[in-house]
Amino acid sequence: MPDPKGFHPQAPDEHPEPSTLSDSARSGITRRGFLKGAGLTAAGTALLDGVQAFSSETAAAATSGVTELGPGPTPVRLHVNGTEHTVEIEPRTTLAEALRIQLGMTGTKIVCDRGVCSGCTVWLDKMPVNSCMTLAIDAVGHHVTTIEGISSEDRMHPLQAAFVKHDAMQCGFCTPGMVMSCAALLERNPHPLEHDIRHAVSGNLCRCGTYPKIFAATMDVAGTTRNA
Amino acid sequence: MTKPPIDDALVAQAAAPTKKTVQMPIGVPGYTLTEESREVPTTEPPVWPINKDLKYVGQSIERYDGQAKVTGRARYTSDVQLPGMLYAKFVNASVPHAKIVSIDTSAAERCPGVRGVHVIQHVLGNAVLRDPALDPVKYPVVRYAGQPVAAVAATTPAMAEEAAALVKVRYDASPFVVDLDKARAPDAPDVFPGAADEEGSAGGGGGPSNVKQTGNIHGPSIHRRGETDQGFKDADVIVEGHYVTQVQTHSALETHGVVADWKPELLTVWASTQGTASVREELAGFFKIPLTQVRVITEFMGGGFGAKFGAGNPGVVAAALSKKTGAPVRLMLDREEEHLSVGNRPSSDQTLRIGAKKDGTITAIHLVAYGTAGCGTGAGCSGPAANLYQSASLHTEENDVFINAGPASAMRAPGHPQGAFALEQTIDDLAVKLGMEPIDLRDKADTHPVRRVERQIVRESDIWKSRNQVAGADQGPIKRGVGLAQSVWYRFVSMNSSAEVRIHKDGSLEVLSGVQDIGSGIKTVMAQILAEQFGVPPSQIAVKIGDTNYAEGPNSGGSVTTLSLTPAVRDAAWQASQKFLADIAPALGTTSDDVVLVDGEVRSRSGKFEPVSFRRAAGKMTTSQIAVQAKRVSDYDPKKYLTYGGVDVAEVEVDTELGRIHVRRVLSVHDCGRPMNPTQVISQINGGIIQGISYTLLENRLLDPVYGLMVNPDLEQYKIVGSREIPDIDVRLVEAYIGQSSTDASGIGEAAGVVSIGAAIGNAVYNAIGVRVRRTPMTPDVVLAALRAPAQGKELA
Repeated sequence: MPDPKGFHPQAPDEHPEPSTLSDSARSGITRRGFLKGAGLTAAGTALLDGVQAFSSETAAAATSGVTELGPGPTPVRLHVNGTEHTVEIEPRTTLAEALRIQLGMTGTKIVCDRGVCSGCTVWLDKMPVNSCMTLAIDAVGHHVTTIEGISSEDRMHPLQAAFVKHDAMQCGFCTPGMVMSCAALLERNPHPLEHDIRHAVSGNLCRCGTYPKIFAATMDVAGTTRNA
Repeated sequence: MTKPPIDDALVAQAAAPTKKTVQMPIGVPGYTLTEESREVPTTEPPVWPINKDLKYVGQSIERYDGQAKVTGRARYTSDVQLPGMLYAKFVNASVPHAKIVSIDTSAAERCPGVRGVHVIQHVLGNAVLRDPALDPVKYPVVRYAGQPVAAVAATTPAMAEEAAALVKVRYDASPFVVDLDKARAPDAPDVFPGAADEEGSAGGGGGPSNVKQTGNIHGPSIHRRGETDQGFKDADVIVEGHYVTQVQTHSALETHGVVADWKPELLTVWASTQGTASVREELAGFFKIPLTQVRVITEFMGGGFGAKFGAGNPGVVAAALSKKTGAPVRLMLDREEEHLSVGNRPSSDQTLRIGAKKDGTITAIHLVAYGTAGCGTGAGCSGPAANLYQSASLHTEENDVFINAGPASAMRAPGHPQGAFALEQTIDDLAVKLGMEPIDLRDKADTHPVRRVERQIVRESDIWKSRNQVAGADQGPIKRGVGLAQSVWYRFVSMNSSAEVRIHKDGSLEVLSGVQDIGSGIKTVMAQILAEQFGVPPSQIAVKIGDTNYAEGPNSGGSVTTLSLTPAVRDAAWQASQKFLADIAPALGTTSDDVVLVDGEVRSRSGKFEPVSFRRAAGKMTTSQIAVQAKRVSDYDPKKYLTYGGVDVAEVEVDTELGRIHVRRVLSVHDCGRPMNPTQVISQINGGIIQGISYTLLENRLLDPVYGLMVNPDLEQYKIVGSREIPDIDVRLVEAYIGQSSTDASGIGEAAGVVSIGAAIGNAVYNAIGVRVRRTPMTPDVVLAALRAPAQGKELA
């Protein structure tokens, strides 16, 4: 029976002793293992401009036009919050991991690590994406904006100020992702209605239950009211 | 051996306590406000007036660390990075019940980047056999799939994950059971080979010990009040219902975990915890080192909801790996492990019978409950039945049923959402049978003075007035209904609550305590208290918490934090200000009884000097700092006002063709003593309502009976409400003064809606469709089955 989460109880008849099972605890296919096992063949995608400057191409790759990266660490250039960074990462590294571990930008949270909760929301150019589902090398050539990048040292983004004013947080762990989703909405639509805000954060999970105040904070910045 | 005589001049001696009498506000302003006198220690500060007469306390001051949270600067345990830090990964059991034959770590140890492997010898959290000799094996017996077996520490998370997958565990598999009903059968596989108990813990997990155990049934634990036999004889009507609730997981967004840094002189642990003190105690006890050699830090934590007390398996394993490798070790669980191994809300299967007289007087309540806390205990759910309608005679039997699943832990109002789901729907059934309005019945049966006020607010509300007079009266397939339910929680005080207040010569002020902020906003409240005392804005107060190096703080469980800690903070601030005035009086050319601190100014009663700002006055201090530490004083009248709660009203739409329930509006009327910061209290009540809706309509831990595995250990198949399902929530805070401490605060976390909203939804669904749904989660299949059932009241009986 295939199990999506990596537990693979094996059929007893595969073993000499029926009552004894033997396996490794996490023997299933993980995203990371899959990416690594498959290698990463990057051809014709936006990342190439940034990556090729660093990668040493094999003769075969040079002739075929295909660049093979990894599985070891590869230097790549990431453009984050207006600054170029060079990081040494394995190609399987997600953008969330690169931001948090290599760049120390821990405002981006990893919660589900599989694209369900949007706690890791950052902008790729102006598009909100789940950075846990985005490979860091796929961010090469794009402008990455994180929660640390929408405020300056002494000045919060108006939406951040509104979140504080309306107490749109409790434990705060979902808050950076919520702010990034709502701020992206305001970039697309400066005057969203509550309906639009509910839609914009429909992928963002908050366990403390701060949604009503997130709606209120965003409408406050937008100058909209509930029904108009 | 004779001891030398005591020299009175040299030894410490307990000072005799002296008391004073004070008048305190009691009751609800606008409804029942009055005064009562209290005998309090003479060291207590003057009695505060009600909130409207205070400047900072009781006001909706912005969250102290709001800016840190919205900008991503807030550093949580999972964000901590130390030089040379290793990443650890658990190896978890892949079978639900087995003895471990062997564990081969050699392949993992050869992996690049691996620095240490730890095989677990003592697993924490599971119930413990009364006779440990019944488990005569080298490794802990696996009692659930996902139980940690070993752990690997490596230089990167990916290396640790790869190496963990290479640890070979050989199991001698045992029969298992993961279903409550099957586990109760006489021929069910035994989860434990003998009686086993899980001690109650700081956060409310665990259950009674020394009750009988038959097979997997640990119980009953019986409580009686009065004579229910007589109570049922006296009753004119009797109603009975059978209710079933599911297992819910806490699903805090930050998983359990620590960063542990073992040094010979000090073990420093950053922990995502609700109790820095509880983590320190467990680590010191486990490793047999003094408390002084363990320091626990929690700057920010990403949600706990009752599951995060003590070091647990992640804490002790990370510390052991750090000791072994000589490097700091980070061990944060992944989402799947979070669902499986660190707690959940137990299920329930309740048969409830209530008798009443024609006038609504409840004469007897009889509850028999089974529930599973996995391989732990703590499924009791009699709290609401025992405490909402206290004049009735009572008989409750609570049974824990062991199954091969991860142990439960306390979860927000342990036992109460389950218990209230059955009780408050049965009370509505009783109202139908008596021909009474449900709110009138509760007025008759419930004597709590504050809930009486809360029901009055409900009576006058539009939402309540819009309730159908005849259940199921709406025409068409989508039917609308309104229902209410009541909640109860208790006044638990943690006396391990201290705070230190420091006044510095530059006029700056700080307050320190080991307490942690679990999202409820205790930092803000501490700043408000100092602001009120010293007359400076809360934003100018430095609040330092979440570190066992500071004065001891309470573990945040059972709604204890605000009501336990704030009196200590206020007492420390008051006593520090007294010391301060005495210290500067000579420099102002007067005596200490002539100087007062009012609205941020130091003034002379006799007019000996012009008022001077607090900041300037501080410059006259004779030392660079004045510091006072105060600990919690006992409640002023600990026999009074032991419970509090609220009334919640839900308006639902039920699609009778698709079975879908949509919660449109909620009115939530709650009390928590003196609300210290109303906006933060409202945030918590919103959260309780939303978590409760999620529990009632969606969440469900599903275990596969063939393999014994959880089939939805993630956040896409384990459904939690999101933005689209959030109703309009109208929270009405009721100030309810009870005269218990220098702040007179109570807690809100448990009482906040999560107890009662499930039953309110159930009652609203009945009001909409005329059929009672007695099972959670109320998914469309459950609703449609109830609609198709031949007779009302028999859907699941």
